[in-house]
Amino acid sequence: MSGTDKGGTTVKERAGLALNDEFLRKAVKFTTERLRNGKKAAAEQHGNWDEWRERGRQIRLHTIAHLDYYLNLFADNARKNGVHVHFAETGEEAVRISLEIARRVRAKTVVKSKSMVTEELHLNHALDSIGVEAIETDLGEYIIQLAGETPSHIIIPAIHKNRYQIADLLSAEAGETLPPDTTVLAGFVRKKLREKFLEADIGMTGCNFAIAETGSMVLFENEGNARMVTTVPKTQITLMGMERIIPSWADLEVMATLLPRSATGQKLTVYMSGITGPKRVADGDGPEEMHIIIVDNGRSLQLGDPEFQELLNCIRCGACLNACPVYRHIGGHAYGGTYSGPIGAVLTPALKKNVAEWDDIANASSLCGACYEACPVKIPLHEMLIYLRRRKVEAGRGNALETAGMKGFAAVMGNVKRYRTALKLGRIGQKLVVREGGIRLKVGPLKGWNAYRVAPSLAKETFRERWATLEQEIRSDLREMDPTMKERMERAARERENGKGGHSHGEG
Amino acid sequence: MKVSLFITCLSDAVYPRVGEAMVRLLARYGVRLDFPQVQTCCGQPAFNSGYWKEARESAATILKAFADSDFVISPSGSCTGMIHHYPKLFENDPEWLPKAQELQRKSYEFTQFLVQVLGVKDVGAVFPHKVTYHPSCHGSRLLGVKDEPLELMRHVRGLELVPLPFAEDCCGFGGTFAVKMADISGAMVTEKADHVRETEAEVLVGLDMACLMNIAGNLRYRGDKVKVLHLAELLEEGVKRA
Repeated sequence: MSGTDKGGTTVKERAGLALNDEFLRKAVKFTTERLRNGKKAAAEQHGNWDEWRERGRQIRLHTIAHLDYYLNLFADNARKNGVHVHFAETGEEAVRISLEIARRVRAKTVVKSKSMVTEELHLNHALDSIGVEAIETDLGEYIIQLAGETPSHIIIPAIHKNRYQIADLLSAEAGETLPPDTTVLAGFVRKKLREKFLEADIGMTGCNFAIAETGSMVLFENEGNARMVTTVPKTQITLMGMERIIPSWADLEVMATLLPRSATGQKLTVYMSGITGPKRVADGDGPEEMHIIIVDNGRSLQLGDPEFQELLNCIRCGACLNACPVYRHIGGHAYGGTYSGPIGAVLTPALKKNVAEWDDIANASSLCGACYEACPVKIPLHEMLIYLRRRKVEAGRGNALETAGMKGFAAVMGNVKRYRTALKLGRIGQKLVVREGGIRLKVGPLKGWNAYRVAPSLAKETFRERWATLEQEIRSDLREMDPTMKERMERAARERENGKGGHSHGEG
Repeated sequence: MKVSLFITCLSDAVYPRVGEAMVRLLARYGVRLDFPQVQTCCGQPAFNSGYWKEARESAATILKAFADSDFVISPSGSCTGMIHHYPKLFENDPEWLPKAQELQRKSYEFTQFLVQVLGVKDVGAVFPHKVTYHPSCHGSRLLGVKDEPLELMRHVRGLELVPLPFAEDCCGFGGTFAVKMADISGAMVTEKADHVRETEAEVLVGLDMACLMNIAGNLRYRGDKVKVLHLAELLEEGVKRA
């Protein structure tokens, strides 16, 4: 079911498919490695990366905290520029507004630049249903559109495909065999898309940042296709998540520093376009009619939620996907939603506010924190994953077996006498299964573990059983503590009480 | 000053040798570790799975055990990291919250205490072997323990440290993740073990027995003979040899 939304299966089943797909795993590993190495190098070269991350985080925190103010400011300014601004509370509403515009201008074709929000709305499908052809013009998006799939990465939609698979897809479209040479393949697509740009009635875009102070929208891209989309067709429709706002152009400098470096390791994106309204009299090109549809679709549910509001700070760079060791092995489709990787695992259930439906998605993480470390605006995704799991349990939707197991865990671990008894029983029980100090049996909870490992056995004597003898031994030849060490310990204790110095918590 | 050992349930039950190495090593500096018997588990398996009520029951044993300690030292960045989550875990409990905050302030991972607090960099160990090091995620990312173990190993005579490719990638343990998402976890640990083999090191060392149990289990499953040690064991062994 790769490439479809949800697909009726579990994350585990979808991951199983991906794990058995050698092409996919190789392709995803290859590109995520290249991207994360690029990002690391760019961050090091930058020199003050962590200060800029903090600056980026502060800008996002401030904007989201005052989102109503900045949204109104943006909408007022955009309207002054001659833009039709629409607010859509739901995905359906955003689709309805888009279709109305398409009908009114009697559109036959729409050329699109890369936009995750239109993927979230399944807008291509909706356009198709009223007989309007939507053509993706970002190379990666074009490829997956031909394959009838959805993006498996926020910025590299076709990351799961290698160039041989892409050559096959494009050859079918060309009606001739194209060599698996990236220059030839890109050349074919460029030529093909030129015709589409010229005949399209509507240009449709997403929005990387919306600048409140001037009502402008900013696009970051590498292929120049978004420039074509926003200059050639007579009508432009831009869809943006309501959280895409930043207050000013000065803030854009910070975002323009963080986003390309985090996404691909580029110091600058190849094309950065700021668009402030439709074509003016003196302009040589540009749309005569311009619409911006501001989409909520579950985003505002995060406002005022102390555990999830920071989710709206995301700038969609994809760095968390590239850093994630789980994504690396299973790719994006296994996550089952429009957004994949660590951000998708949190955002998808958060937007739907329905943890039950997205059952096990939050479990597809080892909580290693690589996402948080990679995030240019420091969103604590690894903690949000735990909050999602907790909310599911609190809602009484925990797995029955796990719930029973955790009750048992609390009973044993909540009382040291029971803990000691459990260890003693375990030691007796394991005699049946331990061979050469390890357990290889593939049953019960050990089934998955022992499919890849040998489990260790419990020690003959626990540490606590050994303690009395050990302590006596130590006491017999304990040395005098060095006075400087003693002084260091006292200082450490003093400093941490005063809330300074002390040991780090890895923040920042 | 009372310096207490938070053994962690895994080291207590499966790897008591790690606790023993810590006790012996610190005794050489005149630090007499205290061991409160009421401690059980930090509660992380329940906390990470979303069962916070159950996690609090387990965490309470830790809060009680170390209420009057000045320093609480553990052989695991992950379990010490869990203590750093206690203020969140007890945020709605006015009675336990101050205790949780206090315990967070005085909890240290073993090398953090040795290097940052005691100021020890050279334990005087000799260990003439090829060694590679896996930095566990919670210790390195969430506690920020990055340089301490490297500093300690740099001063071990004869030790040749071979960099582990993709060292910062998670080994795939993730607690219940390894059981719930067994195949993803299996793919992750297999890749990690492949990287360990690439280094041709004789010893894999780390600061967290859960991750090391995971990697060692996979190495052993595939018949590999790499020795897997906690850094405390390596240092204590090296001091004995000196």
